[in-house]
Amino acid sequence: MNFSEVFKLSGLLCKFSPDGKYLASCVQYRLVVRDVHTLQILHLYTCLDQIQHIEWSADGLFILCAMYKRGQVQVWSLEQPEWHCRIDEGSAGLVASCWSPDGRHILNTTEFHLRITVWSLCTKSVSYIKYPKACQQGVSFTRDGRYMALAERRDCQDHVSVFVCSDWQLLRHFDTETQDLAGIEWAPNGCVLAVWDTCLEYKVLLYSLDGRLLSAYCAYEWSLGVKSVAWSPSSQFLAIGSYDGKVRILNHVTWKMITEFGHPATISNPKIVVYKEAEKTPRLAPGRLAFPPPRAAAGVASPAETKYEIASVPVSLQTLKPVADRANPKIGIGALAFSPDSYFLATRSDSVPNAVWIWDIQKLRLFVVLEQLSPVRSFQWDPQQPRLAICTGGGKVYLWSPAGCVSVQVPGEGDFQVLSLCWHLNGDSLALLSKDHFCLCFLETEDRVGTAFGRPGDHT
Amino acid sequence: MGEWMTVTDPDLSSESKNICQYTSETKMSPSSLYSQQVLCSSIPLSKNVHSFFSAFCTEENIEQSVSYLDQELTTFGFPSLYEESKGKDTKRELNIVAVLNCMNELLVLQRKNLLAQENVETQNLKLGSDMDHLQNCYAKLKEQLETSRREMIGLQERDRQLQCKNRNLHQLLKNEKDEVQKLQNIIASRATQYNHDMKRKEREYNKLKERLHQLVMNKKDKKIAMEVLNYVGRADGKRGSWRTGKTEASFFLRNEDEMYKILLNDYEYRQKQILMENAELKKVLQQMKKEMISLLSPQKQKPRERADDSTGTVISDAEEDAGELSRESMWDLSCETVREQLTNSIRKQWRILKSHVEKLDNQVSKVHLEGFNDEDVISRQDHEQETEKLELEIQQCKEMIKTQQQLLQQLATACDDDTTSLLRDCYLLEEKERLKEEWSLFREQKKNFEKERRSFTEAAIRLGLERKAFEEERASWLKQQFLNMTTFDHQNSENMKLFSAFSGSSDRDSLTMHSRPRQKKPQNMSNGSPVCTSKLTKSLPASPSTSDFCQTRSCASEHSSSVNVLNITPEETKPNQVGRECANQKWSMASRPESQEGCYSGCSLTYTNSHVEKDDLP
Repeated sequence: MNFSEVFKLSGLLCKFSPDGKYLASCVQYRLVVRDVHTLQILHLYTCLDQIQHIEWSADGLFILCAMYKRGQVQVWSLEQPEWHCRIDEGSAGLVASCWSPDGRHILNTTEFHLRITVWSLCTKSVSYIKYPKACQQGVSFTRDGRYMALAERRDCQDHVSVFVCSDWQLLRHFDTETQDLAGIEWAPNGCVLAVWDTCLEYKVLLYSLDGRLLSAYCAYEWSLGVKSVAWSPSSQFLAIGSYDGKVRILNHVTWKMITEFGHPATISNPKIVVYKEAEKTPRLAPGRLAFPPPRAAAGVASPAETKYEIASVPVSLQTLKPVADRANPKIGIGALAFSPDSYFLATRSDSVPNAVWIWDIQKLRLFVVLEQLSPVRSFQWDPQQPRLAICTGGGKVYLWSPAGCVSVQVPGEGDFQVLSLCWHLNGDSLALLSKDHFCLCFLETEDRVGTAFGRPGDHT
Repeated sequence: MGEWMTVTDPDLSSESKNICQYTSETKMSPSSLYSQQVLCSSIPLSKNVHSFFSAFCTEENIEQSVSYLDQELTTFGFPSLYEESKGKDTKRELNIVAVLNCMNELLVLQRKNLLAQENVETQNLKLGSDMDHLQNCYAKLKEQLETSRREMIGLQERDRQLQCKNRNLHQLLKNEKDEVQKLQNIIASRATQYNHDMKRKEREYNKLKERLHQLVMNKKDKKIAMEVLNYVGRADGKRGSWRTGKTEASFFLRNEDEMYKILLNDYEYRQKQILMENAELKKVLQQMKKEMISLLSPQKQKPRERADDSTGTVISDAEEDAGELSRESMWDLSCETVREQLTNSIRKQWRILKSHVEKLDNQVSKVHLEGFNDEDVISRQDHEQETEKLELEIQQCKEMIKTQQQLLQQLATACDDDTTSLLRDCYLLEEKERLKEEWSLFREQKKNFEKERRSFTEAAIRLGLERKAFEEERASWLKQQFLNMTTFDHQNSENMKLFSAFSGSSDRDSLTMHSRPRQKKPQNMSNGSPVCTSKLTKSLPASPSTSDFCQTRSCASEHSSSVNVLNITPEETKPNQVGRECANQKWSMASRPESQEGCYSGCSLTYTNSHVEKDDLP
């Protein structure tokens, strides 16, 4: 595993281009585009103000930089560096900006969700969509980029509009049986739309592309409901994480619950492997001290190295006592993600913040639990294989695969606190983002090492 | 009563007697006093009676006494004591005979009376004791009554208390229910109020939004604009077309069409998947059927010999069915037509198989009882050890032979050269003789060795045969075990369910688990089964290239110890290399396009050395 040098960054804005060739990052008001392999700066664009959001167009030809404070969006072209485009929302303000899937339209949401302006880069035309709903996830594009679903609120009633992205025509408009719609998401196959209600009510509705209600699911009443929702990449399962600390998985045939994953704080099943991160007592390896002296010197200042130990069951995980009288209590399933092959589901329960649960979807049971020393900030699956990268806001990045897991100290002067991470498209590198720096982590593959050293990796 | 009497203790009885006497005395009427006195007079011991008598009749009043007695007697109906008077004035004479008769009669009467008295006394006694007993009983019952009454009162009290408690609890429950109802009402009312307020606010908010919208948007805000250097082409290369009123309808229709096409495609895809699944399942079923037939065919003879008609015909039926079904065309038929045939035949065969396996199992258990298995295991170990030893010896012998042959050859060549030269030179005949002797000795030795080798190889062959036989035995045993283990019907239905629920995933593990023991089995034992299992694993739908994934995964879970490899000894001096190795083992599944090889070498200059955490997994 190799690490690149550390580059400056602001606002955790660092994104790989959709084709995986470039890496865009922001430093204050500058946008830097680098080659992923050489990391040399290819383009440097200067925006008018501090950039608050960047996004690559789907074809990787344009990058939009949103400056919400100014209410402006600047678009840069990779092919023609001299080309520029600036969209000003004026006094209407700007709270969100995104590309349409064709990469030629920009959707700007004005302040107070007054409307969504669709700006075209091809023609002078501008179209407006009124009544967008201010919610957790109000816009969703199908994976093929053909349709856009938009949550709307009209006359105190939730609606969903389905637009055709090619000409922004309204295809379907239907009201949903929700109290206060919180989010919508298309299934990866683009035929089913999952709609979930606010956390006050557990309600998940599934609509077909043509607006028919396929199914409604409610697990329980009264107490706080849905917290997070994720489709499996195969569109077969819909995982719903809720405030009761359970993940419920619906199937795509009957839309009924297949199974329920509870997140108990004690794990007693001996079949489940529990990896526990433990501080390693510093061993003075003479070779290591001698070879990279600056690293070693830095290592003295940095926190102790850690390793994973397989804990013997029963294991009780550290739990957080939720504060009852506060809004948004730290309970329930805050994050869940399917692996790209749909074989695994990684979840995090907010009441057990240090642990990541990994579920085996084939056997529908708990597979592995990773317990970190500090709360898990985020995790992301490798887009190519079942491999999970985890960061906890410390100086380490953690990787898990079915073969095992590893904790890697990010090298560098001072402390590099990994706040976020994102995978490269082909899964052989990983961008690690801290508050004002980022670096790339290259994961060596077998053949690479083999060719580099003229011998295959040792497998014994 | 009689019993009771016998039971009473003597004290009591004596007492009761006393009482009796007392009662008899008290109960005697005053009129009978006389008779009693008469009775008493019969007791000669009582002096006072004598005195009384003396007091009654003295010398002076004989006449009066007699007359009195006569009077008394006559009144009692006795004949007069006096002779019948002949004349009025004549003094009546005391008739002695009559007196004696009277006396006698009186005595008889007295005796009778005594007897009667005795009877009465005993009866009295009896009655008294009865009475006593009854009194006792009465007292006891009274006591019992008292205690039961008390008990009843206690129970009543408790009942009352419980009822009281119950009432309280009911009250509490009611209160709680009321409370709950109240709270629910409160919640509901609050919710409605909240919703109402929310709606009101939302309306206001909407109004505000509308106003804001008007203010912000309709002001001809110069700022709301897009500056663009030049418009770019569409991603699809088409010219940008914007809807006009005329084309809108057609656009809409086209969009609708497309949408339905997409939906249709999705449904078709799903249907295809389901069909594929179905086909796979059918195949599996068919495979299983074939396998069963192949398994059953060796004993097909047996039932026929035994003239067991039912099984025999069933088997032949099954075979016919199989022949029919194996035709390709059958697969295209819908499930309903094929299903029944297939399932029925399989069920039949399964029954046969099951009975057969049970039979075999019984046999095996018998064999087990004989302790055959234990011996076998031991002998097998011995066999292995022995063969190892023998092989080692053979190896050694071979080596020895080889070296000797080499030596011999060397010697021979040397000899040849030497001898020719020697002969030519006529030099040292003696030595030649000696060499010849040695030569013969060597030959002898060689022969011996050859013999030894042959014997060893023979032994090895024997062992091999023995081993093979044992393997066969073991295989058959395993097969029985396996057949015992699996219940095809059940599994089948389960699979069906699973497949239909989520077509992608399946209980592949169970299948691999089942196939594992089979892999150990030699091919010649059952030619059908290995083929079947391989197809089984392959045939699982929607799992492209999952088999190897499964393998790796199972490897990972089973041999988690293999992660041990990741430990790198601290003596390793090149941390860079260490890191590479580490990553290499961890992520052996990672795939990297080769095209990036070049790039890597270019950019590696910028990479800093890795600082990889070594991970000691137990």
